[in-house]
Amino acid sequence: MKADFYRGASANVPIAASVAAYGSVLGMLAAQKGLSWLDLLLMNSAVFAGSAQFVMVDMWSKHLPVIEMAFAVLVINLRYLLVGASLGPLFSGRSLLCKVFLMHLVADENWAVTMTEQRKGTASVWFLFGGGVMVFLCWCSGTLAGLMGGGLVSHPEYYALDFAFTAIFTALAVGLFQGKKDIPPWLAAGALALIAHHFLPGKWYIVIGGVGGAITAMLAAPKTPASKEGEHVPAS
Amino acid sequence: MFPQVDTQAVLAITLAALVTYSLRLGGLLLSARFPRTGRFRQGMDALPGSLLFALVIPSIVAEGAWGVVAAGLTAVVMLRTRNTLLAMVLGMAVIFAARRLTP
Repeated sequence: MKADFYRGASANVPIAASVAAYGSVLGMLAAQKGLSWLDLLLMNSAVFAGSAQFVMVDMWSKHLPVIEMAFAVLVINLRYLLVGASLGPLFSGRSLLCKVFLMHLVADENWAVTMTEQRKGTASVWFLFGGGVMVFLCWCSGTLAGLMGGGLVSHPEYYALDFAFTAIFTALAVGLFQGKKDIPPWLAAGALALIAHHFLPGKWYIVIGGVGGAITAMLAAPKTPASKEGEHVPAS
Repeated sequence: MFPQVDTQAVLAITLAALVTYSLRLGGLLLSARFPRTGRFRQGMDALPGSLLFALVIPSIVAEGAWGVVAAGLTAVVMLRTRNTLLAMVLGMAVIFAARRLTP
């Protein structure tokens, strides 16, 4: 358990470093919007979701649109429903208390690293949690540094730091590629995401692409006769 | 020393936190009711990869041809070396160079 925690934390160091850089941008925006370090720290600890926090800070004003904000966060974070569902096998056999405690620190980053690790068969809930703590610490350091110092990096786009997230998630997606059988779902996911991104506001494209990919995979004929274990065995 | 946090900020953060946490835990608890075999399982197996791919594809396309080159290089390096950090840095290097070259 302890060993897995440290393994998870160290596996997330490279990605957490870019989380800190990204966080410093949020910190700068937060400073302009008049958030205090305590507001930001509360948000980091309670919400702990990068893109949702960007939108919250963006909507921050003298009179907070509390309901609109919550709705925006719901839409942006809808993918966590799928992220949570994909962690089912990892958490199987664990107590409800364990689930309740460990699920809070699940971000895109440590989830993706854990899913990659799971393909090797060496992931555990403590690996996930160790990664979560690492990402959390870097997220807090980055955002607070951005807030206090006016940003560690004044022009992140100059150093292509805005592409860091795309690059790292591309690498992590490739790490999850299961071979030929993933080609149709990925094509569907990509096409749907591009269409949704073009026509719909916000972050709907992530959920639409992800669900579309999963449905495409369901439509494919089962390679292994997995239906043997199910009830729908066609009578021969 | 301690800045004041006003009530509406607490309310906004609390509500956003409740929404996010419910989605995280809700997904996990729902998954226990999902079938573990057959077509549904196939879909769930393809979900993480599809989700991440859907997450990145619009920002790759937004960078134009260089975005595709950068993502392609990242993918190849990842497949060959399984080194996430190296794959990321090389992808960023392509974008860094492209932004210098194309004004």
